[in-house]
Amino acid sequence: MEFWVIFVGAVFVNNIVLSQFLGICPFLGVSSKVSTSLGMAAAVLFVMTIATTVTYLLHQYILVPMGLEYLRTIAFILVIAALVQMVEIVLKKVSPSLYQALGVFLPLITTNCAVLGVAILALGMEDGNLIKAVFFAVSSSAGFALALIVFASIREYLELADLPEGMKGVPINLLVAGLLSLAFLGFANLV
Amino acid sequence: MTAQKKDSTLINMVLALFIITGAAGLSLGYVNELTRGPKAAAKLARKVQAVETVLPEFDNQPVSEVVRVMAGEPGDSTEIYPAYLQGEFVGAAVTGASEKGYNGLIRLLVGFHADGSMENIAVLEQKETPGLGTKMKGERFLRQFRGKDPSEFELKAVKDGGDVDALTGATITTRAFSEAVQQACEAYRGYKESLPTEN
Amino acid sequence: MSNASKYKSTFLRGIIRENPVFVMLLGMCPTLGVTSSAFNGLGMGVATLFVLLMSNTVVSLVKSQIPAKVRIPAFIVIIAAFVTVVEMILEAYIPLLYEQLGIFIPLIVVNCLILGRAEAFASKHSVASSAVDALGMGLGFTMALTVLGGTREILGSGSLFGFPFVGEEANMLILFILPPGAFIALAYLAAVFNKLTRKIA
Repeated sequence: MEFWVIFVGAVFVNNIVLSQFLGICPFLGVSSKVSTSLGMAAAVLFVMTIATTVTYLLHQYILVPMGLEYLRTIAFILVIAALVQMVEIVLKKVSPSLYQALGVFLPLITTNCAVLGVAILALGMEDGNLIKAVFFAVSSSAGFALALIVFASIREYLELADLPEGMKGVPINLLVAGLLSLAFLGFANLV
Repeated sequence: MTAQKKDSTLINMVLALFIITGAAGLSLGYVNELTRGPKAAAKLARKVQAVETVLPEFDNQPVSEVVRVMAGEPGDSTEIYPAYLQGEFVGAAVTGASEKGYNGLIRLLVGFHADGSMENIAVLEQKETPGLGTKMKGERFLRQFRGKDPSEFELKAVKDGGDVDALTGATITTRAFSEAVQQACEAYRGYKESLPTEN
Repeated sequence: MSNASKYKSTFLRGIIRENPVFVMLLGMCPTLGVTSSAFNGLGMGVATLFVLLMSNTVVSLVKSQIPAKVRIPAFIVIIAAFVTVVEMILEAYIPLLYEQLGIFIPLIVVNCLILGRAEAFASKHSVASSAVDALGMGLGFTMALTVLGGTREILGSGSLFGFPFVGEEANMLILFILPPGAFIALAYLAAVFNKLTRKIA
């Protein structure tokens, strides 16, 4: 039951992109085609899950016991940056085909605020534990994937639309994102 | 402009990162020490201010005389800040909470007179919808509680057969708010019974 | 070009031609996330300006000492340190703003604008021009956030910087202080900004 609440909360009610505004850069940047957005979503799922696991343990077993909570930001971003590098190297060796699919997205993820954001949010969960934190990360990246893929599908159609000069490009994309976000407001109070 | 860059040898890389991280860590430790006092003071000042806005006139230090009572949920305690004027008990500020807000937790601080009527209410924590639920902080909503005695004022929305006029478009917030006030009232009643009788 | 006019063009570039928000679309997360009021927008803008100014200056100072291969992690550590300083200062002295900005304070670290300026500008230019560049970009960012926050606050709450100009019972366009309103308001502001700057150019 509790896991169901975390899942619905992270995917629909408090969608990480459309209501929490995390990961907006890749949301606007790599959403022109559905195929690339699928790759980005997979890369985020991968990194976010591992990063949250590592940062949660780091916070619980090193920073808190030593009274060094104030180093949280610096420690987390270093872990994420190192992790992205490591994932890149391991992936290249272990699964070249997966590396080819995700490779171009990995460097972008270091500065994807969704990864750091979820790692920090996972610390503040009620009666939190490692399993809940990891489940929260998986749910959040599912929410990210949902928003990104729906948005990319709409943008593919948008290219055919006849628009006034000033609205082309960024403004119309933001407007579509706004309408999507409005649709997600309908999920409020679901859990 | 063309400053000679250090070569990317292993020793150079490790050294550069080590020095930067070390310097960053040390200076943060220093700033952390510097701001520790002001941080605690700021937290206390907010508490004192909230207590002052909801209580009738007093001359003691309610924040340092706080009493904690365990409420239903484990780890969830109600705080009671007693107020005295010239040694006489004049009321108390009591926290109350409800999880049933539109977006979860609402925490309030309710100020009571010694006779049990409410002086004022302050919102400590909320995540309600801006522009709808957040109007619970507004004078228009709060003034209906002032001077009311909860034993004669049913703490439920009018829709549910109570006396609380709901916020437009925020019935759920109103219900949670009323529930939180109710919780504070019950805690206050329990606290008053535990006080030594006057005279 | 004389030194003064070079600084002037570096400074102005960040405010208009390469405005980080309206033109470059950098730092979108805080731009959309905290601008439900003019005060929050201004606060986030100033916090970012401070981090940007400090990190640009320090990166420019130490640039010749950092081996190229560890450049990015070194910059990130420098930025993260200043972000933590801002976080501590806000918590101690402006707790209200600290609470309002919430998670977006530590997330200044991953604001692409800051790492972007460190990498693209400060690691190649002198300390003085890096500082001027940071001031221009930071002010451009601050102005954009304040305008966006102000627009949303006027439409959504009927007030500006917390001063109301309609009664408490007035029903405003609440949509604009809710998440969708952030996207929609920014969409129209970006369209207007592009139109205006095109006219000037």
